[in-house]
Amino acid sequence: MTFRFDRDTRRRWKDLAMNVAAFLCVVLALIPLGSLLFEASVRGLRSITPSFFTLTTANGGIGNAIQGTLILIALTAVIALPVGILTGIYLAEYGKNPVGAAVRFFVDVMTQIPSIVVGIFAFSLILELGAAGIVDKRLVFSTTTGVIALSTIMIPFVARTSEEALRLVPISTRESALALGIPRYRAILRVVLPSSSSAVITGALLGIARVGGETAPLLMTCLGSPFWWQGLDQPCESLPHTIYVFALGPDSALNQAAWGASLILVLMMLGIAIVSRVVIRLRSVSR
Amino acid sequence: MAAKIRTEKVSAWYGPKKAIEDITLDFEEQAVSAIIGPSGCGKSTLIRCLNRMHETIPKARVEGKVLLSGEDIYGLPAVTVRRRIGMVFQKANPFPTMSIYENVAAGLRLNGERNRDRLDTAVLESLKQAALWDEVKDSLEKSGASLSGGQQQRLCIARALAVRPEVLLMDEPCAALDPIATAKIEDLIFDLKKDYTVVIVTHNMQQAARVAETTAFMYLGHLIEVGPTRELFERPKETLTESYITGRFG
Repeated sequence: MTFRFDRDTRRRWKDLAMNVAAFLCVVLALIPLGSLLFEASVRGLRSITPSFFTLTTANGGIGNAIQGTLILIALTAVIALPVGILTGIYLAEYGKNPVGAAVRFFVDVMTQIPSIVVGIFAFSLILELGAAGIVDKRLVFSTTTGVIALSTIMIPFVARTSEEALRLVPISTRESALALGIPRYRAILRVVLPSSSSAVITGALLGIARVGGETAPLLMTCLGSPFWWQGLDQPCESLPHTIYVFALGPDSALNQAAWGASLILVLMMLGIAIVSRVVIRLRSVSR
Repeated sequence: MAAKIRTEKVSAWYGPKKAIEDITLDFEEQAVSAIIGPSGCGKSTLIRCLNRMHETIPKARVEGKVLLSGEDIYGLPAVTVRRRIGMVFQKANPFPTMSIYENVAAGLRLNGERNRDRLDTAVLESLKQAALWDEVKDSLEKSGASLSGGQQQRLCIARALAVRPEVLLMDEPCAALDPIATAKIEDLIFDLKKDYTVVIVTHNMQQAARVAETTAFMYLGHLIEVGPTRELFERPKETLTESYITGRFG
């Protein structure tokens, strides 16, 4: 008699095999993240002292870089969030026509553009405007140009995530609002948008995290600066730029500081991700 | 009795597809009218033409007249029409981010009412009319989504009543409910006709027989027969109607 598994046993083995395979894939995916956090922590923690935060990059600290990144992120958010969310509303609520399809296509293309190209765009835009005498030529390397570049990256990202978030709200929610005689714009702003707010907020925070880590477009717009922030029309330092410069620097103390700056940047992004989780959690509990 | 709503040769399309054709029908004031028919016969399309919800679907259009107390609703602003003609949908759909109180008050609030006393009164009255007050009076701040299916549907009825419409349209309001919740809604419909003109779409013939004075039978986009509910069920004039109500198709 040949030995045969019955069907149930075979199913159980298959189930176990798939579970193990799925688990291994998760481990595989998490290794780079874990390794990155571990390396940045071990090497970065050594350079982190109180003066690391209070000194400027000229003196081996990253105080002005943190300041610059926060300013860049804040200004970019102020511009990109309203424009992006309103674009998302247009695409989700009014975009079922050729114009909407065209806008969606261009937004999609914009999210795919390499960020360094966006940097060149902002750089040459201000350069051309400067050459034409419309703006001051000094503005080419300034916080303003950096914010233009970062906004150009963030707007399409926020627009698409907001659109997806709004599409998840069932048609029946819109219909019941309209059937109450509520004007359409108000139904969207007061009923549909709040229903999808946690997803919109998550998208916004991820957008902020995305531009917070950008280096390439800042190289040719903000340029970088060894000083504390000097104003909108002046070059400005940022964490990713600091990491870039420190890591390529000639002496090992600078390389060490680059790890410290990396750790701070990773922690900032991690903080944003955690905040977005908490926002979702709080909103779902209140239901 | 006088007709509160009258449709005159109403046809409706979804893109190139004609869903209903030349429907001329009266809905009596302070009475319950039912529209029955098999799935896809156009009964939901017809009821959605009565408060201009049909046109919210892209590429949908309507021809013909719908008269509300003699006035063509297609000559009025859509928001005004919808405030005068409320609607309850097949699936209970309370606004997910709002509490029970906010759900009922939504129609008034989002149309600009800010007076707290007036809102409180409207919420109280509407919840009482919808026979939900006793079950939720201690939990008005809870989410509307925390209620059971039948309670959610009554919440939606209360929400529709809060704007004080003249007519209440109900599109298969019990399709997703169990028999007990259905019975509650049917009792409620019976009470509502004292104050409102009710039009109900249903594929449940027993329900039409229980709640409606008048019943209209639709088939493939056409109005086949309309008459007092009892007469339509007991002595249908058309063979199509007879085959449908005796269960030979549908």
